[in-house]
Amino acid sequence: MQPSLFASVQWTVSSLTKYIRDQLESDPSLQDVWVEGEISNLSRPASGHVYFTLKDAGASLRSVMWKTSAMRLNFALQDGMAVAAHGKIGVYEVGGQYQLYADQIRPVGEGALYQEFLRLRALLESEGLFDPERKRPIPDFPKRIGIVTSATGAAIRDMLTAIRRRLPLVEVILAPAPVQGDEAPPKIVEAIRLLNQLKPQPDVILIARGGGSIEDLWAFNDEHVVRAVASSEIPIICGVGHETDFTLSDFAADLRAPTPTAAAELATQTTISDLAENLQALSTQISDFVFTLVDNQRNALDGLRESLRFFSPVRRIESDRQRLDELAHRVNAGEAHRLTLEASQLAGLGKRLETLNPLQVLARGYAIVTRRKDGALVRKVAQAKDGIRVRVSDGEFDAEVVKSKK
Amino acid sequence: MPKSSVKPADELTYEAAFKELESIVAALESEQRSLDESMSLYERGQALVKRCAELLNQAELKVRQLSGDEVIDLEGDR
Repeated sequence: MQPSLFASVQWTVSSLTKYIRDQLESDPSLQDVWVEGEISNLSRPASGHVYFTLKDAGASLRSVMWKTSAMRLNFALQDGMAVAAHGKIGVYEVGGQYQLYADQIRPVGEGALYQEFLRLRALLESEGLFDPERKRPIPDFPKRIGIVTSATGAAIRDMLTAIRRRLPLVEVILAPAPVQGDEAPPKIVEAIRLLNQLKPQPDVILIARGGGSIEDLWAFNDEHVVRAVASSEIPIICGVGHETDFTLSDFAADLRAPTPTAAAELATQTTISDLAENLQALSTQISDFVFTLVDNQRNALDGLRESLRFFSPVRRIESDRQRLDELAHRVNAGEAHRLTLEASQLAGLGKRLETLNPLQVLARGYAIVTRRKDGALVRKVAQAKDGIRVRVSDGEFDAEVVKSKK
Repeated sequence: MPKSSVKPADELTYEAAFKELESIVAALESEQRSLDESMSLYERGQALVKRCAELLNQAELKVRQLSGDEVIDLEGDR
């Protein structure tokens, strides 16, 4: 269709632009969009609003994020960063441009989040927030344990179960905070602050959350949260996600636990059975010591009693009496012995006397020969000369020597 | 140990009772004492052991929740 040269003018620039704007803004599908692209031409004037262009290989989309939304961002926008932005499409009439009015932006894909993670980690590391010498020891027998986590999640249940099982002597103070979403970081920071202000202070704080995607755990990579963890007066154990999940809060904490349950266990190194054992040992030690002491005293006392008895006059008297008895006994015994001895000597003498009686020898057939001349005993052949007299048992007779032989 | 500062054993917390118990053991072992002194330390020790054992047996996890600046007891948690 040829435009007519003399056709009447229907639009002013403003009215046409307004029309276009109305067209776009009345389309519901353009009022709630998630759009993905790479950030370029990023600009942050003093107003606090953020201007940028989202682009991909084929097109560009002018975008603006007002200050109120920009303040809620939990990561830093950078040129070249891949993001997904949410908002509505509108028209900036003065510039004659349609654009995205973004109210939320998140990094796209783990790659982008990981870039942000690395950037923040490098920054905080350079400030010394993760230095090993900043780490404080975890008390092994806490009286009061502060916990920052969701009041309704599985994490708090698991931790209370572990603490109840291991060390029910402690008092747990839960400072509840959401553990994911935009509101989580400021609430977690506040919970840490409140626990630090408590009087008396908890001995240790557990910050915990169950497992989830890297986006779910992102609150624990939030710069404010990480700084709050690092600057807590009270030692902090961080147990976020699973074994393999590391967050910046883990690096800033005094101790990292792989899971919430593990955090609770690390906070209760001394268990109630350890306490019972120690108590038993001390009790035995005291008893043994005192029993030994009493035994020693008793022995010493027995020794003294013996000494006393030794020097006692009663004992002297008893001892003298005994000695007297002994002497008397010995006197009696000596006398008896002597009499017996004498009797047996007497009997022996009698016997010897008997055997020496020469008459008894004659009775057995022997004879006694004497010289008649002088009466001398004839013991040898040479003595038997002249007349001899022979005595036998019933008398004597004279005899002559006829022949001698030797 | 001056008598005036000694609290009845059943008013002590576990930590306080246990700490005193340890110091009694140390005192009994490190110094020569009269039998009387030793016996009264022993009796105190026995009372502390009893107190600690009671506290261990009765121990029940206390859970409280911060609500704003207030601390409220949580019940029905077990």
